[in-house]
Formats: sequence, structure tokens, C-alpha cells
Amino acid sequence: MDEIQSGLHHVDADILVIGGGTAGPMAAYKAKCKNPNAKVVLLEKANVKRSGAISMGMDGLNNTVIPGHATPEQYTKEITVANDGIVDQKAVLRYAESCFEIINELDSFGIRFQKDETGEYDVKKVHHVGTYVLPMPNGDTVKKALYRQLRRKQILISNRFMATRLLTGNDGRIAGAIAVNTRTSEFLVIRAKAVILCMGAAGRLGLPTSGYMFGTYENATNSGDGYAMAYHAGAELTNLECYQINPLIKDYNGPACAYVAGPFGGYTANNEGMRFIECDYWSGQMMQEFYNELQSGKGPVFLKLDHLHDDTVKEIAKTLHNVERPTRGRFHDNRSIDYSREMIEMHISEIGFCSGHSASGVWVDENARTSVAGLYAAGDMASVPHNYMLGAFTNGAFAGEDAVDYIAEHDFAPFDDGQVNAEMTRVLAPTKREDGIPPNQIEYKTRRLVNDYLQPPKVTRKMQLAQDRFAEVRADLDKMVVRDSHELMRSLEAQSILDCADMAAHASQFRTESRWGLYHNYADYPEKDNENWFCHTQLKKDENGKMTSFKRPVEPYVVEIDDEEMGAYENQRVEAEAGD
Amino acid sequence: MPIASTPTTVPVTVDESKCIAEKGCTVCVDVCPLDVLRISEESGKAYMKYDECWYCMPCEADCPTGAVTVSIPYLLR
Repeated sequence: MDEIQSGLHHVDADILVIGGGTAGPMAAYKAKCKNPNAKVVLLEKANVKRSGAISMGMDGLNNTVIPGHATPEQYTKEITVANDGIVDQKAVLRYAESCFEIINELDSFGIRFQKDETGEYDVKKVHHVGTYVLPMPNGDTVKKALYRQLRRKQILISNRFMATRLLTGNDGRIAGAIAVNTRTSEFLVIRAKAVILCMGAAGRLGLPTSGYMFGTYENATNSGDGYAMAYHAGAELTNLECYQINPLIKDYNGPACAYVAGPFGGYTANNEGMRFIECDYWSGQMMQEFYNELQSGKGPVFLKLDHLHDDTVKEIAKTLHNVERPTRGRFHDNRSIDYSREMIEMHISEIGFCSGHSASGVWVDENARTSVAGLYAAGDMASVPHNYMLGAFTNGAFAGEDAVDYIAEHDFAPFDDGQVNAEMTRVLAPTKREDGIPPNQIEYKTRRLVNDYLQPPKVTRKMQLAQDRFAEVRADLDKMVVRDSHELMRSLEAQSILDCADMAAHASQFRTESRWGLYHNYADYPEKDNENWFCHTQLKKDENGKMTSFKRPVEPYVVEIDDEEMGAYENQRVEAEAGD
Repeated sequence: MPIASTPTTVPVTVDESKCIAEKGCTVCVDVCPLDVLRISEESGKAYMKYDECWYCMPCEADCPTGAVTVSIPYLLR
């Protein structure tokens, strides 16, 4: 079924949502709720039923702001501090004010969250200061519940269509998108008044230490296509040098879930079984300590559960082995690792872009608007920091609702049809060759170079070498060959990955300071420099098609933070005890 | 330049005695986020065509007859 066929189809939509994982379905659903007459199309390169980062559900909400447990102001402070002050607080605050409503709505969809005896949400403390983590013991129901709502609202779902480029109108507004079928290579041109990008993280950027290309921390389907598409459409991306690097189960390369184990008494430990970080909440500062411990004589790092009661360990294992990444149990069974008897070896992930856990992404405001009129972004690819799954839902909702207002005042943007022809030529070029380099080799080489030269600690000379090598790989794209529609999808992903690699190298060299702990640990500029770099760093494609970076001031805070609070995440290391 | 095929042991296996793909079932093929499963034209059964697995499990969880098993890919086992 994967033969390459020719075909070109056209469809019109009021609102086009690209990506059927977490933010996308919610954006489409909310748009349709607000305007039932709007034609809303949801495009997905896999199948909405099981696509995206939450394919198998999620074990908890990491960032709830539930009355009685946390306030929106407190949450905004916490996220501001965890991000070294470089945040657009308005977007964080709006999320914090609205997410409780979304939790209740998800609960009404049948996604059950943990409640105590009195029926109240059973929130746990994991962060440095506040209490935000809400377990989801039945978190495997998420995708099914969402899918039911999409069917109920009669959202038009197009599975197996991979968007490749956005269409830009003559007046600079968004005009739609071009997509290619991943099973037939037929094209679909979608004219749209508004487009919402919900295409996930750039999770296939670095190479996992196992060398298995698809054994990434993020769902390997999230190859950074959204970042690349937004870039080529002229949208601003922000703080890309604030990489995502996560703690994980070594080799398995999936989350160890200290957030799940923490409330039960589990924690991250060194080879002596000792705690070395104050708090397991992820931040660049925490990751720096994790990295330091790995490199030290006290490495590697472990998740420690072996001091807990057998029943407690069973309870933790039940969540770890049933939701989010259920093959964790199989991985440890293969190695005969019993959590009650020994610690679980951890490591750090390959680098990526993902606002879900860090702060990089396509620049959006508190309405999920990008810098291109009519173009929105939400979820892991948009810039609202630390937004996790609940942020994807909430910001997706903002995008869907704002897009409804936008299309009430904007008709289709006229665009030059030449864009379609040029894109079809680009996409199909590897299918026209008889032999050459297959996409998996282009991708492997790019990602191997990312590991060699872009991982922190960052060094200018290394990043320059990376750029030279990336340019050579880019020249090799003219020799790339694909033999079926599936490989065509991979060839497009490989090009997105190369674009993201170039953006990572470019953005990292622009910010000549160190910030966000390990995420932007720049060896040539080891100090934080608030005088020159207390700002966002934007990256975009300029009028001449060149990659360019510039500063964007941090908007005045809406929630004030004093100097003492600002340092809360700086001292992550457990203090040595007297006589130690 | 000819393209070589390099052998790999695939993580997703299908018990052909249980698989009902020949009756029109395509559940595992449909739900895979990476789209790596196909129905064999020869056997009429599902199989892993591309070794590009995130060992995420929808194929196994959603199979109506319990025919699909996801193992950890050898390189990281």
C-alpha cells in the first residue's frame, strides 16, 4: 500500500488544526464548541486515536493550579523562578487561571483524576515551593475520551496526512497548508482562514545513547515538523537554546517518573544511595546537578525505591507499568531488576526542543497567537514554559477559541499558487532519483552530529563545526532517495530534524552567557549575564531567507517577585551536613 | 549505488494463529503512531515492516485477539 502515486486534492477549512495529539484535539473541540457552524479540519500524520506524546495516556498532571492547593499567582512565580526569569508571565498566568476549568472539563469527559475520600482532587507536592501534581491512576483513558468528544462534535479528521509547509497569503496572513499522504504520497492543499499548529516537540533531534534512532525520550513521531514549518513561514521562535534534557531510565530512555514515586517516598539518589538534589521537579538547575553527579565519582544516578515497603513499591510499579510508557515493566523484567531490592539506573536524555518540560518553542502570546496573523501554536511546540499535558490542553483551548474570533473577521487570504508547485517539487524530489542516500542515513548522521557538537556544555568552536557538517548534510539532501511513501514521510522528517539542528546551533551561539542550568550551559560564557541577556532570544527566517536572531524584551511582570524568591531554584544541591 | 538491507530483529511480533487480519482487521496497523506495521500480502497477517519502534504498546493493547506482542528493541534491552 505504500506505492508512490500522483494526486492533488483541495479542501477548504475555516480553521485547520495540524496535529491530533493533545493540544490539537482540544483546539478543534473548543473551536467547534464556540462556533458549531465553523468547518474545523484536524490533520494528523498518524491516527488521532493513538497519536502524539500521550499515545498510551499519562500518569498525572504535573502542573495543576487547584483552588485550595495553589494560586495562579504562586504558580506564575514558581515557573518564572524555575526559568531564570525569562518568561512571558501573561501567558503563564492565563494558563494558571484557566487550567482548573479544563481539569473539570476533562474529568467530565471520563478521564478520571485521583480524588480523596471527600471527592476532592488529591494533589501532591513535587515542586520546590507549591503543590501542583495530580495523579491519574486511570490515565490510559485520555486518548479514547478525547476521540469520543471529537466524534460527538463532528470534527473532520484527516489521518495519514503529514503537513509539510504552511501557505502564506500575499498580505502576510496565513493562508493554509500543504500536506502529503504518508501511504500514497498524494497531496492535499488546505485553504484555511486560520491555522493552529499542535505538532509536538522536536524529540528526534539528539540520538539516544542506545543508538536506536526511535528510542527517543519523546514520542519518536514528534520530529520537529512544527518548528520547521513555523520557521519557513516566517514565524518567530524563541529561546531555542533552552534545550530540553530530561532525567530518564537509562537505556529504556523513558521517564523514571520521580513525580510518581516522590509522593510515596521514592527519590533520585547517587551510587551511595544518597539524595543529592533538594527537589525532583525538573528545571535546568536541577538537570545541571544531575549532570554533575553523573560525571562525578558518585555517579551514576538512580531512582531509589528499595527502602520502601513492598506494597508501596507495588503501587508505584502499577502506575509505571500501565500508563504513559507501559513497557517499562518489561524492560526491567528482562534485566531481572526488582525495585524492592535494588535501585533503578537513570541517565539524562538526548537534547530536544519541548516547552512541555523547558521553555523553547514557536513564540506565542497569551492567546496562543504566533507572530504571523492567523497562525496559532499550542502544546510542546509553543513557547509557554513547562506546560506539560495540561498546558497543551489549556493553551490548545485558547487557540481554538481565539481562532473562532479571528475567522469572524478574516476571510481566506489570497496566495500565490507557485508555493504549491514549489513545495510539491521539493517533497517529491527524492522520489525522482533511482539511487542515492536513504533518509535514515541522512537522519542518523544529523543526529549523531547533534550529539557530538551541540550537547551542553556548549562550546563555540564545536557548534561552528556542527554548522559546517550540517551544511554538508544539507547539500547531500540533493542525493536523498526514497522508494515508497513511508520513506517519503521519513525523508521529510529528516529535513525537519536538520532544520531544528541548525536552529539549535544558531540560537545557542547568539546568547553569549550561561542560563537555565544545564540547558544553556555555555562553556565560553560560564556566567549568567542579566545586564545583557535578561531577555527572550528570538530566531526567524529573514526577508532574504537567512536565519537571524534578535532580542525581545521580557514584558513587565504581572506577578512581582523579590530577589530572595528569585534564587529559589539556584540552590538545588543538598547541603553537606556538618562533619560530612 | 545499490542500497543494502541490514538485518534487524524486530520488537513487534504477531502470533499468526491469533491474528485475524485476513478477515479485514487492521487495528494494529491503524493505531501505530510511527506507522510501521503492515498486512503481509503473502500470509494475510500483520507484521512489522519497518524497524522504527517507540515500544509504546497501542498495537498490543488494542489488538482484539491478543495476537501482538511488543518487546524492547534489542539495542536497548
